[in-house]
Order: sequence, then C-alpha cells, then structure tokens
Amino acid sequence: MSGTERDVALKLRGITKKFGEFSALNGIDLDIFDGEFITIVGPSGSGKTTLIRLLVGMDRPTAGDIFLRGERINDVPASRRPTCMVFQSLALFPHRTVGQNIEFSLKIRKVAPEARRKRALELISLLHLPPEYYDKKVTQCSGGEQQRVALARALAFDPEILFFDEPLSALDFRLRKTLEKELKDIHRQTGKTFVYITHSLEEAMVMSDRIAIMRKGEIEQVGDPDQIYNEPVNRFVAEFMGEVNLFQVRAGGEGRLEATEFDGTFAAPEDGLQPGQEGILMVRPEVIRFLAPCEAADCVLEGTVYNEYALGSRVQYHVRVDGKMLSVEKLREDRYTGDLDSTVLIGWDVEDSRVLAAES
Amino acid sequence: MESEQNREGFLCSLPVLVLLAAIFVAPLLVIFGFSVMPGKTFSLLQAPTLENFATIVNQTYYQSLLWSLGLSFATVVILLVVCYPLAFAMAKVFGTFANVITVLVVLTLFVSENIRLFGWVLVLMKGGLLSGGLKAWLGIEMDSLLYDVPAIIFGLVYVYLPFMLFPLVLGIAMVPEELRQAASDLGASRWTVMREIDLPLALPGILVGSMLTFVLCAGAMAESKLLGGQKVIVMADEIETAFTYGQNWPLGSALSVVLIILIGFVAYFVLRRVDLDRIMGKT
Repeated sequence: MSGTERDVALKLRGITKKFGEFSALNGIDLDIFDGEFITIVGPSGSGKTTLIRLLVGMDRPTAGDIFLRGERINDVPASRRPTCMVFQSLALFPHRTVGQNIEFSLKIRKVAPEARRKRALELISLLHLPPEYYDKKVTQCSGGEQQRVALARALAFDPEILFFDEPLSALDFRLRKTLEKELKDIHRQTGKTFVYITHSLEEAMVMSDRIAIMRKGEIEQVGDPDQIYNEPVNRFVAEFMGEVNLFQVRAGGEGRLEATEFDGTFAAPEDGLQPGQEGILMVRPEVIRFLAPCEAADCVLEGTVYNEYALGSRVQYHVRVDGKMLSVEKLREDRYTGDLDSTVLIGWDVEDSRVLAAES
Repeated sequence: MESEQNREGFLCSLPVLVLLAAIFVAPLLVIFGFSVMPGKTFSLLQAPTLENFATIVNQTYYQSLLWSLGLSFATVVILLVVCYPLAFAMAKVFGTFANVITVLVVLTLFVSENIRLFGWVLVLMKGGLLSGGLKAWLGIEMDSLLYDVPAIIFGLVYVYLPFMLFPLVLGIAMVPEELRQAASDLGASRWTVMREIDLPLALPGILVGSMLTFVLCAGAMAESKLLGGQKVIVMADEIETAFTYGQNWPLGSALSVVLIILIGFVAYFVLRRVDLDRIMGKT
C-alpha cells in the first residue's frame, strides 16, 4: 500500500441508525478508498451488519450521509447501486444452475445470452472452478464451491464495490484459510474495492489493507494491520487482537510506572503518561522473555510457570505473577525448558511495551 | 431386524388401513362397479356394459362436466390473483398480525357453507342488502346479481378462499428473505424478484393451493344451486340427481367415475410435472 493520495470510493459521514430507542450506529465517519480491501471487525452486536446493510442499500440511515464518489446515495435502493454483496448465507438461488446464478445480474441487464455465457465461464475459471460446473446445480456444489459461485455471481456485472458479510464463517477451518487467501488474490486480480465484515480479527489480518474496529455502534480505530496490532488505541482493540497482558498503572516520577494491582514498578515507554495519570501498560505475550539468571531486562517480574499450551509453531505459557496470570509466547525452538510450578524471572524491554489510555 | 421394523410398522398402521379400506376404498370400488352396470338397475351382479358412458356422451351430461371444470378453472385463477398479495403480506409483511387474519379466515369455516351462501343470497338478491341499500341511499336501481355464472364464481371464490390462502402463505414463507435481497442487490426490480425468485420457489405452495381448490370446486354444487339458481347444472348436481330423483345408480356412478378420473389425471399431471424435491433444492 503506497501512502499516496487515493480516491475515496465510499465516504460515510455521521451515519446513525436507530431501531426504536436502540441506537445501532452512532455517527460513523469512514472513508473507503478506491481499490482497497478494508475489513470492518467487531463482536456480534457491534453494529457491523447494520452498517453493511446501509452501505449495500438494503436499509436507510436514520441520520448521516453516504457518498459514492461524491454522490449522495442514501436513498438509492440496492438494485440501482453499482455495488454488490456476498451474503453470510451466500443466498444462491437453489432452483438455478451455477451458470444461471452467475448470469443473473447480466440477464437483468439484458446482456445477450452468448456474452453472458462467456462472462460466466470467465468467472468460473477465475475462481478455479472447472468449466463443466456451468451446468451444475448449485445445490450439488460443496460449501467451498458455493462460496466461489457466490463470489462469481457478485463479480459478474462488474460492480465498483463488493461487500462481504462474513461469508466464510460457516466453513471449516482449513477451507476458510484457503479461501481467505484466495479472496485476497481475487482482490489483487480484479483491483476492485472490497469491504469485508467479520468478527474474526485474525481473518481481517490475513486479508485486509486496512481494518476498522467497531464496538457498540462506533468505530474505535481504523488503520492498517500493523497499526492495529502494534498501536491499539485502547484496551478493547488490544484485547480484540487476542491474548495480551494489560497492567493497570499510574505514572510515578523518573520514567517509572507503578502497578496498581500489585506491588511493583515498570519502566515507562517514551510517549507515556503525565505523573499521577492512570493508564494501561500493554505487553504482548511474544515480547516477554524467560530470563536466565543475571540476564537483564528493562522490566523484570518474578512468577511461577502455571501451565504450557502448544500452539503449533509457538508455545504459550501462563505465568502467575502476584496472583495475576500473564501469558508468554515463545517460538517452539526457544521454548521454556524448566519445570511447571518453578519460579522464573520474566521480563521485556521497554520499547516493546505500550501505554494505553485508562478506561473512561 | 429390518423385517421386524416393517412388521411393527404394518401393525401400527393396521387400524387406519382397515378403516380406509372400509370407508374409502370399498365405496369407490362399488362406484366403479355400478358404473358398468345397465342403467336404472340396483345389482352389481350383471354383465358389464358401457351404456352409461354412452349416455353421458350422447345426452348433454358432458356440458355439466365442462361447466364444472370451467368454473373450477376460473375460480382457481381468480383465487391466485386475489390470494397471492394477501398471502405474501401474511408471510413477509404483517408479522404477528398475520395470525389475526388466520383466525378470522378460519372462523368463517365454523359456519356451514350453505348458511354462509344463504347470507350472500340475502345480500345479492333483488331488493336485498346491496341493491336495496344502493337504492335507498344513492337512488341507483339495480337488478339482482344472483342466478348467473358470475354469482356462482363469486360463491366458489368466497367459499374456497382459505384453501388457496393457507398453502400460498406456507409456500411464500419458504422463500428465504436473503434470496430476495440478493436478487434485488444484483439489480432485479420488484417484478423480476417476484418472477425469478418468489414464484418459482413458492411453487409447491402455489400448486398445492391450486390443486386443492380445483378439486373442491369441481365437486361443489351448493354455489350453483343457491347463488346460481340452477341456471348452470354442474357435475356434482347431475350426480346427485342421478342417485336420488333419477334412481339411476349406474348413471350416477359413471358420472362420478368420469369426474374422478379427470381430476385424478389433472392432479397426477400437475404434480408430476413439478418435482417438489427439486424445487426445494433437495435433489
């Protein structure tokens, strides 16, 4: 992703959606750039599905505006927007063949049968399906194949923006991993704008150029995957990314942070807090080291190894420090070789930690 | 093991089998038997003959048959047009209010068909509720609306509406909302969504409703008697007359057999043409 100026494909300003008294979306502002793969991530109930329904045109915002290349499209129905969505349920037409499903939008646009067929076959091959699937019933296709048909159907009329409403969530782990990458490849090949929603930040990390994190109808943070991972703006974003060690701290003097949950102080990262101010110190599991005797680190804690969990290429440890459970992750080759329940020193360097604002 | 299960299944269904054999199959066999007996006789132990069927063709009975089928067809078409929007609203729009409609429609079934039709006679007759009211309030003179084909069709539509409405509601409720949204997202207008998605996927309900009302209408006679004033003699009427006033059981049986076979043929043909499993995407 180059940092140069990019055209904004979809601009959201103050998008609010109320269902009766309940506010599903509270003044969302977001720019979606031309050709990017942006993923909107949030737990269920965060409003991401409501948001995408507004973007597709299946619903209207209570307040705020949606601009497609500068043109306000709040009241344009889904059928007349140059965008298309892949549904969570895929919503393939069960009474039609693969070919008929893919050609549906072209038939509506009165494209000649020959041209339709040509386009459908093009898409079938783009999505790595054998050409004889053209005449196959969609109900006879497997889950992954149906996924590809749904994507082909959405691509058929060459929409400017494609929306995805967690289409991979129903698939088993391995197939999901394959299709995540395939989707990213398709994004590269077509150069279209992809807007994907999911509750899995891991999925978002794999595919996206940018990620927007939602909670309770608001966007907490927008950034590229590295920013989201390394510089979360608050506790919610930090914890959403996966297991992370968070310490409640208050800034003391001389670059120290005092832990408020137990006795101890930490070295403060540079862009830290004003003295007396409270905050949260974030330390990712993979930056914590098991220290050899006399090995130095900016922050050192003594604890006992509670248990270990194999995560494939990495091993995770839970280390109990003064009643607080910390998680430490090591590559398999750097694994901890001591016994469980033995006392260890763990530590990290100050530049690997980060201070987050205290919960308001 | 499997034969054990088969045996249990057979034993469980035995009471119903016996009952159906006694009250459904046996009378039908008797009807088929009488249909090939000489006219105006009351014994099944005679040489079979096709004279009753010849009578049906030579005399004007076939007209009654055509009337019955024609009226049924017209009724089914009108019911489809009338019920589809309501059924759609009940399945997709009204929410719990649909239950109120269901109860109201079902309530009408609690009153005997004949009594409801007499009610309509009072409304539609010359000087009745409708024409009398129009005359008193607006000074519009109006003849009786009774005793003609439109009145009969009106009666059939009125009486058999629930039998079309409920299968349609079920059929339309089977169409997943997301398919309609997806079609619309792909650019389909409301009409296209209806033609390409709703109608094909609701087809089982549409077919069942149409079959049900067609069969019921073809065997109906109260409407033509009460509202039609016997201007048109329908098949069921002919059959009743043959069995009662005519004392001609073989002719009545032959008429019944013709009706049964025709309707059976229509049902078979319609249901065969459409593979229900295929529509449901269950292949």
